[in-house]
Amino acid sequence: MLFSIVTGLNCWALNMKIELKNVSLSIQQDDQTVELLKGVSLEARLGVIHALLGPSGSGKSTLLYTINRLREIQGGEITLEGKDIRRINVFELRRRIGLVMQKPIFFPGTVGENILFGPRLWSKDNMTLVDPRHYIELVQLDPAWVSRDPSTLSGGQQQRVSLARTLANNPEVLLLDEPTSALDAQASEHLETLITHLCSERGLTVIWVTHDVHQAKRIAHDVTLLYRGRVVEHGEAKRFFASPSTEEGQTYLAGKLGGQL
Amino acid sequence: MSWLALSLSLGFVGLAAIVSRYQELGLEKELAIAVVRTLIQLTIAGYVLSYVFASQHLIFMVLMLVLMMGVAAQNAAKRGKGIPGALRIVLIGIVVSEALSLMLLLFLGIPGTPQYIIPLSGMIIGNSMVASGVTLNRFSSEFTLRRGEVELALSLGAAPKKASLSVIKAAVKAGMIPTIDSMKTVGLVQLPGMMTGQILAGADPIQAVRYQILVMFMISGATAITSLIVVLQGYLAYFTPEAQLKSS
Repeated sequence: MLFSIVTGLNCWALNMKIELKNVSLSIQQDDQTVELLKGVSLEARLGVIHALLGPSGSGKSTLLYTINRLREIQGGEITLEGKDIRRINVFELRRRIGLVMQKPIFFPGTVGENILFGPRLWSKDNMTLVDPRHYIELVQLDPAWVSRDPSTLSGGQQQRVSLARTLANNPEVLLLDEPTSALDAQASEHLETLITHLCSERGLTVIWVTHDVHQAKRIAHDVTLLYRGRVVEHGEAKRFFASPSTEEGQTYLAGKLGGQL
Repeated sequence: MSWLALSLSLGFVGLAAIVSRYQELGLEKELAIAVVRTLIQLTIAGYVLSYVFASQHLIFMVLMLVLMMGVAAQNAAKRGKGIPGALRIVLIGIVVSEALSLMLLLFLGIPGTPQYIIPLSGMIIGNSMVASGVTLNRFSSEFTLRRGEVELALSLGAAPKKASLSVIKAAVKAGMIPTIDSMKTVGLVQLPGMMTGQILAGADPIQAVRYQILVMFMISGATAITSLIVVLQGYLAYFTPEAQLKSS
């Protein structure tokens, strides 16, 4: 009896990969305090894609950056598998929670050297290093590109190399900050399929920031709609897209929810 | 040289003033201030030096070195605007490189009297000042430029030092290049001030050259050390203890 309760609780806790509880963050701008996040609470379930929607300026990217502690929250709590992220070594946390930025940026060097940036931080000797070609293949590019200069690749290919670089750290969670915003329709769809596949194949938990409702519809199991630093909708994607429960949700789906005031 | 000849040399400054006026550079006022400062500062320095040399008291020498380092640090720290604690950072860089260079000089058998120590220190400190100013300046501009790259490295789990390594390297390089360039062309393009002064004062050119070589080598070491110290403290100012970028 007790055993089943314990395992039940465990399953429940494990099912919630990341939880944000009442998270707030404000910054000083021109002697004024600007609240970017106001009491945000949400859960990202293990192994599914969670879309973070909202008009620009609603705090989506800021929220994403608090999860791997590139931004520090001032109130509330963020947990990874039930543990406060502030109690996890910050470098280890960032290895476990990978980030792909909006625009692909590269360190000087080849595709291979970029992919090995993460693994080189963790391996004591270079003997046990992973093979970068494995990760190039994983993002469906030609492994022979290992020695190419990333700047010679197309936007979509560059974004896939960025993804490979993040995956080389073997993360459990993937944070994506509008990774397709600079790509054409075909390249976007390719990346969507790839990430959906990786998510189910490797049991990755994905939090995907996007302002594209159609994209969110295609990829997401769960959605959160952020508006002016607050959560206005949070739950299963199907339900949200079928019948949003708030006025803001309806306005947003109709494409009429503006950004800042 | 007579005082009359010296006053006539003001004519050169007059030339500069005429250029400024015709080209509307608006530098006349700056130039006038610079002339007055040069006159006053160097005259005082001359009298102070002759007093310090004559007294042979080490305390005067030490006081002078402290003053030189303080002024140099304050001047270089202006280049690091926006870097908190820039003055302290530069001061540490200059003091350490000066101390190391002095130890080396004494070890090499240079007499520890004000006559030797003060002019040699002046050159070390002056060059350290320029190097730390250039380094700080380059560091802050390079950091702004590569902010995205630094944050990317942090996101992959790099510590702040590793994440800013390329910026650190660029800044140290920038700090050392003026010294290396002048080492490459010394004697061909310009005769360094110290050597020129010694020759003008009647010293044997061969002897003057030997001192100059010593000084050049010493300066290359001192600027490298200063740049490195400055940048290794300076980068910390850009990060929080949790390895996050501070907002600019």
